[in-house]
Amino acid sequence: MGHETHVHIVPYRVFVRVWLLLLVLTGILVATSTLWHEALSVWAMLIVTPLKAGLVLFYFMHLNYEKPYLRALVFLTLGVLTLFIGILFFDILDR
Amino acid sequence: MSYLTEGRRKGIRSWILSTDHKRIGVLYLVSMVSLFFIAVLIGVLMRIEQLTIETPMFEPQTYNAFFTVHGVIMIFMFVLPGLPAVFGNFFLPIMIGAKDVSFPRLNLLSWYFFIAGTGLVVASLFTGAGPPDTGWTFYAPFSLTSGTNVSLGVFGAFVLGFSSILTGLNFITTIHRLRAPGMKWHRMPLFAWSLYGTAWIQVLATPIIGITLLLVIAERLFGIGVFDPAKGGDPLLYQHLFWIYSHPAVYIMILPAMGAITEIIPTFARKTIFGYKAIAYSSLAIAFLGSLVWGHHMFTSGMSEKANLVFSLLTFIVAVPSAIKVFNWTATLYKGSIEVRPPMLYALTFVFLFAIGGLTGLMQGALAVNVQLHDTYFIVGHFHYVMFGGTGMGFFAALLYWFPKMFGKTYNEKIAVFAWVPIFIGFNMLYFAMLVLGYMGMPRRYFTHLPQYRTGHIIASIGGFILAVGLVMFFANLVVALKRGRKAEQNPWGGVTLEWKIPTPPPLENFSIIPRIDDRPYRFNPEGS
Amino acid sequence: MSTSSSTPSLVHKDYEGGKLGMWLFLFTEILLFGGLFILYSAYRARYPLEFHEGGQHLNAVIGIANTLILLTSSLTVAISLTALQKGERRRSLLCLAATIVLGLGFLVNKYIEWSGEISHGLYPNSPLMAQRPQGDQIFFGLYYTMTGLHGLHVIAGIIALSVMLGFVLRHKVTRTDFNKLENAGLYWHLVDVIWIFLLPLFYLAA
Repeated sequence: MGHETHVHIVPYRVFVRVWLLLLVLTGILVATSTLWHEALSVWAMLIVTPLKAGLVLFYFMHLNYEKPYLRALVFLTLGVLTLFIGILFFDILDR
Repeated sequence: MSYLTEGRRKGIRSWILSTDHKRIGVLYLVSMVSLFFIAVLIGVLMRIEQLTIETPMFEPQTYNAFFTVHGVIMIFMFVLPGLPAVFGNFFLPIMIGAKDVSFPRLNLLSWYFFIAGTGLVVASLFTGAGPPDTGWTFYAPFSLTSGTNVSLGVFGAFVLGFSSILTGLNFITTIHRLRAPGMKWHRMPLFAWSLYGTAWIQVLATPIIGITLLLVIAERLFGIGVFDPAKGGDPLLYQHLFWIYSHPAVYIMILPAMGAITEIIPTFARKTIFGYKAIAYSSLAIAFLGSLVWGHHMFTSGMSEKANLVFSLLTFIVAVPSAIKVFNWTATLYKGSIEVRPPMLYALTFVFLFAIGGLTGLMQGALAVNVQLHDTYFIVGHFHYVMFGGTGMGFFAALLYWFPKMFGKTYNEKIAVFAWVPIFIGFNMLYFAMLVLGYMGMPRRYFTHLPQYRTGHIIASIGGFILAVGLVMFFANLVVALKRGRKAEQNPWGGVTLEWKIPTPPPLENFSIIPRIDDRPYRFNPEGS
Repeated sequence: MSTSSSTPSLVHKDYEGGKLGMWLFLFTEILLFGGLFILYSAYRARYPLEFHEGGQHLNAVIGIANTLILLTSSLTVAISLTALQKGERRRSLLCLAATIVLGLGFLVNKYIEWSGEISHGLYPNSPLMAQRPQGDQIFFGLYYTMTGLHGLHVIAGIIALSVMLGFVLRHKVTRTDFNKLENAGLYWHLVDVIWIFLLPLFYLAA
């Protein structure tokens, strides 16, 4: 196995932009949750929260610059957890 | 010079501070076999209890502690870590052409977690309000209210989980990063493939049991209520979380044993493995599908009907990749020049007993049958066929196969075959009797039984004693070999994977020159090379 | 034929392997919290109204403030690594220190928040709790378990980052050998990711 190390140095400005975006998304999340509109706030939560997590994973945690197999393993893990919850709901929803 | 003599330190420190994967494998072997015999002894005591109805030897509460401790030791300290921690540690790096695992120090740490967890479980037996009496499953709500020393025992199991996780993490990284040049994925020995599948379960499923056990402790300490029906908690969710881990854990136990069998069969059939890719990917398929079938432990628990159907269906599907392996082993034997020496004898026994275990498992996968069989001796018989007949026999076969390489000594092959007779006869008397008893309605975990089960229990007990004698013979033979065995050759069985191409016992860093691999494994070529 | 030196020290400096190992460890953390998310989803489905009501008892302001703190600390630790890789050691150290301070701030907030709730009698097994509806008891049981476990991870992260600070100061972690700092940073980011999910599940549930 080769020991070549390709290190991608992520520029500061990328981090700062991601951070600003995260703050904006948090603002959106909080704003929609204070509106008394059930569906809207739930949808905001379901869309914005994974988006925020994705930003941290892909930029702060450098996943965007890693080899594809590592990204695949992350999604495998999240997929397995989702499957656990999904299959569990065959019981929860129908009991 | 071998790993047994070389090294910076001397005496006991050269073992307990060693980061050499081979020494760590041996540390695990010694600790595990000792624990195995403690649990065997407890098993024998349980069989003594069932010999008579009129004058029980032990109090019911003692019997409850027996089956709990027997289960906890056998599952968490022998069958679960068994093959990966001993033979995986010892042979995975050698088989893929590496000098060690990726994280040797974490590897040693995992052994310390193993010892610490074991110590905690043992401490739970002798401190506080007596040994846990919940069974190894720690089901809520009883585990929340039992007055015995459940918290400590549960914490011990939690610590053992760390050991398992570190082993898995190490193996995945090792397989990804340290394969020798030319050792492509499809050139890896199948034992490595099975460890890879196993390692993923260890990494992804073990944390679930970790948090579940922590929640049991938190319930007992703070009363957080998540499994407590009085506070709106749902004990069924405990069972879900428990089996989300513990069913895949069954595959942590069986996959590496299947991997070892896959190494042994081609060697003694002098024939390349049939269906290399099918076996390799069936390991991953078992690991994946096996993670989705946990609910079949809960068919009678009051889970929804729809969930019952889904889990029953998934359970039948997971039988497919397991059967693929059995078919490939038999196809490998077909027209091979088979030589039944001790490792092969135990490997074939594995196939036979595992087939019974697997098929009785399918019976329980059917919902209607499950209602009749749940929580009976049938279950006990079934999982001993799988765990002991499968993983246990796989462990014995692997030990006989690799023992000369590991220690540089040969054992007496005749005695190894001779010990097989009581093991095989005793095993089937004990566990087949349990299958029949369960079918007749004998519930598990009862300290005594009704008169109509008398005959079955006596047959089972006698079988258990015969089995125990066989086990003692088996291991005594190996211990004698360590002391007085002849020096082993480099390749006593004519194996073709990398471990047979280095000296016996292996040198400290396995390879002085890392080999370059340019062909698939299992090429048996009697004429040349 | 590729060869390696046969020194008995066995030092493989495998950068990518070290990172892969760290990610695998993070997977175990994801699944550890995953078990709790499984419970949360099941109970939220069973007690939707009680969870909605329970969220009103939490201090959303502190929850949001802690979110901002953790997001910012994620930024500083990310910058710290880039700075080290660029050779700007001073900036790297400052950002690392800032991350630790922010982490401590998070814990102070957490302390204020929890002690407020506990003084109102809102904690598992309290006399007040026993009178509340069952779904409410579960909500608070999960709230304390999940934020408590997360808090323990914040503490572990602060310790890890403090060790890294020492390593950078003593030149054990450097411009060319930064794997340890990167891994500690990954851990810290994961703690942040988990909080990103806890915020809407508890504080914004109302």
